[in-house]
Amino acid sequence: MDLNSLSVDELLTKRNSLRRQLSASTDLKELRIAVLGGSTTNELVGLFELLLLSDGFRPVFYQSDYGRFYDDAVHDPQALIDFKPDLVYVHTSCRNVQNAPPLSCTEAELASYVQTETARYAEIWDALERNVGCQVIQNNFEAPPYAILGNYDAIASGGLTRFLLQLNVSLSQEIAKRSKVILQDVHSISARLGLKQWFDWTRYFSYKLLLTPEAHLELARSFAATVSALYGKSRKVLVLDLDNTLWGGVIGDDGVDKIQIGRETPVAESYTAFQEYCLSLRNRGILLAVCSKNTEEIAKTGFEHPSSVLKLEHISCFKANWEPKHENILAIAQELNLGVDSFVFVDDNPAERSIVEAQVPGVAVPDVGSEVSKYAEIVEQGRYFESLSLSKEDLERAALYAENSQRAALERKFANYGEYLDSLEMVAEIDTFKPVYIERIAQLTNKTNQFNLTTRRYTLAEMESISTDSNYIGIYGRLIDRFGDNGLISIVLGRKDFEAPGGTLLLDLWLMSCRVLKRDMEVAMLDELVARAKQSGLARLIGYYLPTKKNGMVMEHYAGLGFEKTRMDADGTSEWTLDLAGYQPRNTHIRILETVNG
Amino acid sequence: MDSNAILADMQPIFRDVLDQPDLVVTRESSALTVEDWDSLSHINIVTGVEKKFKVKFTLGELQKLKNVGEMVDLVAEKQQGK
Repeated sequence: MDLNSLSVDELLTKRNSLRRQLSASTDLKELRIAVLGGSTTNELVGLFELLLLSDGFRPVFYQSDYGRFYDDAVHDPQALIDFKPDLVYVHTSCRNVQNAPPLSCTEAELASYVQTETARYAEIWDALERNVGCQVIQNNFEAPPYAILGNYDAIASGGLTRFLLQLNVSLSQEIAKRSKVILQDVHSISARLGLKQWFDWTRYFSYKLLLTPEAHLELARSFAATVSALYGKSRKVLVLDLDNTLWGGVIGDDGVDKIQIGRETPVAESYTAFQEYCLSLRNRGILLAVCSKNTEEIAKTGFEHPSSVLKLEHISCFKANWEPKHENILAIAQELNLGVDSFVFVDDNPAERSIVEAQVPGVAVPDVGSEVSKYAEIVEQGRYFESLSLSKEDLERAALYAENSQRAALERKFANYGEYLDSLEMVAEIDTFKPVYIERIAQLTNKTNQFNLTTRRYTLAEMESISTDSNYIGIYGRLIDRFGDNGLISIVLGRKDFEAPGGTLLLDLWLMSCRVLKRDMEVAMLDELVARAKQSGLARLIGYYLPTKKNGMVMEHYAGLGFEKTRMDADGTSEWTLDLAGYQPRNTHIRILETVNG
Repeated sequence: MDSNAILADMQPIFRDVLDQPDLVVTRESSALTVEDWDSLSHINIVTGVEKKFKVKFTLGELQKLKNVGEMVDLVAEKQQGK
């Protein structure tokens, strides 16, 4: 039975009959759970029971009397000892905080309030360790229901918001030192649901039930995921379909040049983001497998797309053929030597999802729909990959692939700008137009307004014919740095003209995406352009600046690159000339990728 | 919606929550007369009724309820007020 398809209302009203059905299963592991609550915990425990039953446990519960979580653990533990729990869940809320500072609290005093409250919890954990010696799951705290000082509540040393923020950090630090305490991150769980749907004051004042049914369900789901992780039931493999799951389009029909991946369109960007999500799971130790209806060789070309974040080396098991998917999933399980109950299967096609779900019991098949921008969020909601710790190997692997931090923060640390540019470890791919990039090139001409010398627009068909016309020299630039791939971000298009002696390259187009401003990319582009113009035996470049309302930033572009102004019209249009004799390459900060077939 | 219809629509909530498939509550039924209607079931019944009829009871109203009939009347009153 899939409890995920039921609403919280259904779970609560039909709880008894659901419990009866789920309990009928014979292969359930008994689990004794003590719940020490700071408010009424019956509803929460009812939901725990259903979710744990459906995850293969037969839970037996002990609940402390209302609000007696501290006393039951520290002063009066006999009942708890007699119960012999496998697991203790301490469930408190910001209502249970005892040592909140007064508004007049000073910065120095705040630390001791935080320390006192942390010590109270440490006392609970120590007592539990001494008396029952089992795993403890401990919550941290949601933001308070009211911020008395408004935004300043998070700043003032007497603000409750500030206190709870600091207390949460302190609890994390204390819990990190203990192998038998696991944190339930209520701070994040409540934020994801929203505090407005978190607290339920009517029920609190009527029955001392602090939270809404929806909040209880979120807590229960997170709790069940933690328990599953504790008993080694976390998922370990993400099995992925390809077409319209990892990229847009059908690679067998469209070819690698036409699939949607990269930074070029919103759709392509969404697929890229999903690939990045998959890669981040891999970097923390989740295996990736492919299960796709495709011809294997063609399917694999998708990972050779220059913008593909996922590479073949990231895929631990690759099944692309025309056999039914459920058979391939069993084959993957065999090859990886892992049970299918550690698999999560993601496919945009509902028919494939349903056959896999029906034929391979145990595989998690989230209903990801077919909207790529939602895939990651929906997989996240399943809490399949709950992790209790990060092994050393996990960390090293993650560090190896570590990407992205604040470029700006980095910039501040350098003596001069050149040093900063060097630290970016920039690598550029600069080459003549290629079919795989033509769509992006045409699209860039149509949407770039600021760094655009002539603002000439081209259709895809025009660009396609230009790219094969030997009268043109068109180059694109793609820039990668240590933080990631910026994609294809610059284009220069020149037209050969032999009227003046020696021959000229007239620059119809020079544009660049503003996301790579001030990286010296234009210098690198000029070097490559000059090299190609010289190869064609041309003597000079002539560039134009056609002013528009938006492109003022490049008025002096050619001057900066050492061109001479050779004409200036009344409307602001200017013409610039660069003599190629004696031109020396100038780029020093960007490494240019050698093109294999260039 | 008249009170008989409301009472009829409430029956499945009582049956599900109290887990008694054949249960029929009347206007006079209350926690005192119906088996297993304890404080936890009461919360589930109230929440179930609120969701089903898309109404919210106030604290004062909840405190005063004596039996099923009063809850039916309260729902009817709240629905008319909408």
